[in-house]
Amino acid sequence: MAESITIEVQRYRPEEQSQPSWQTYEVPFQPEWMVLDALNYIKDNLDGTLSYRWSCRMGVCGSCGMMVNGEPVLTCAAYLKGFTPGPIRVEPLTGFPVIRDLIGDMSDFLEKLSRVSPWIMREEEPPLSKGEHLQTPEQLAEYKGYSMCINCMLCYAACPIYELEPGFIGPAAIALAQRYNLDSRDQGAAERMKTLSDAEGIWACTFVGECSTVCPKNVDPAGAIQRYKLAATVDHFKSMVLPWSER
Amino acid sequence: MGRVKEPILWALFSGGGMVAALVLPALVFLLWIAAPLGWVTLPSYGELVELVRHPISRLSIFALASLSFYHWAHRFRYTLYDGLQLYHLNELIAVLTYGSATLLTLAAGFLLVAVV
Ligand code: SF4
Ligand code: FES
Repeated sequence: MAESITIEVQRYRPEEQSQPSWQTYEVPFQPEWMVLDALNYIKDNLDGTLSYRWSCRMGVCGSCGMMVNGEPVLTCAAYLKGFTPGPIRVEPLTGFPVIRDLIGDMSDFLEKLSRVSPWIMREEEPPLSKGEHLQTPEQLAEYKGYSMCINCMLCYAACPIYELEPGFIGPAAIALAQRYNLDSRDQGAAERMKTLSDAEGIWACTFVGECSTVCPKNVDPAGAIQRYKLAATVDHFKSMVLPWSER
Repeated sequence: MGRVKEPILWALFSGGGMVAALVLPALVFLLWIAAPLGWVTLPSYGELVELVRHPISRLSIFALASLSFYHWAHRFRYTLYDGLQLYHLNELIAVLTYGSATLLTLAAGFLLVAVV
C-alpha cells in the first residue's frame, strides 16, 4: 500500500470567498519529495485551481517561500519527511496581503527596496579607458555575504516588527543597502543613510534576530541592521559635533 | 517620541548592554561566588569603601549604573510598545521608561557623591 500524507492548504479565491479557508489533500508520500513537489502533485492531479509561486526548484529564484507548519521556508528546499507524520499546514507568508491562495502581494517590499537604491552609485563614472574598477578579495569579502540574498521574503515573514511598523524598511532591504554601502566601488552610503536613518527606517528593529535564523542563504540581515544602527549613530554624533560637515 | 532622538537612545542602550554584559558577570563572580567560596580574599569592608571613594571608581560605577538603567529603559519601552502593542501610548511609555532611567541615574549620582 502506497503511503500518503495529508496536506492542509490555505485557500483564498477573492471572487468566491471573503475569508481564507482550509482545504485538505492526500498526496503520496515520497521520501525524496519536497513540500513544493507535493503542491505540484496537487495542482497536476487533484486540483488545478490551486495557485502558488515557484520557478527554479533549487533555492535560487526565491519565489516559493511559504509558511509550512507556521515556519517560513523555501518549499523547494523543505523535505516532506521533515514534517511526518503530518498533516502539513501550508499558508502564504505572513506579513503580506494575500492576493490568491498561497500568493502574497510583495509591492510594499519592492517599494521599500527601491528606496534604498540597491545599485552601485557613483558621484562620477570614470571613462572606460581608465579600465575596470579593481577589487581585492578582502574588499569582496566585505559585502559578499549580503549579496547572496534571493529576495525570498522569509525574513519579512519571520520578523514580528515588519507587520506592526508600516515604516520599517525590513531585513532584506537593509541587508541589501549594506551590500552596496560596503562595496568599495560604491559612493552612495550617505544618500542611503538619509532614507534609512530617518523615521522608522532602521530604528523600529528591536533585534529579535528571527530574520537571520530563517534566512536560507545565511545573509544575516539582523547583523546588517545592527551594523547600520551603529553607523547611523556615529553619523548622528558626528553631525552634532561638526554640524557644518556634510552628512 | 521623535525618531530623531533614536540614535542617542540607541547609543545609550547598546553602551549599557555592553558594559553590563562585560562588568556585571565579573562583579557577580568575584563578590558572590569566588569570595564566599574562598577562592579569592576580598579587601576588608573599610578598604572596599576606600576603593569606591576614589574618583575613578565613582565615575565608573556611575557610568555602569546609568547606562544599565537606560539599557533597561529602551528594552522595556519596546517590550511594552511592540510586545503589548500599546502604540497609542508611545509618548507616555517613553516618558515613563526613560524618565525612570533618568531618576535612577540621578539617584545613583546622589548616592555616589553625597552618601558613599
Ligand atoms: S535576507 Fe535571506 S531570508 Fe531575507 S530575502 Fe534575502 S535570502 Fe531571503
Ligand atoms: S522554486 Fe526557486 S527558490 Fe524555491
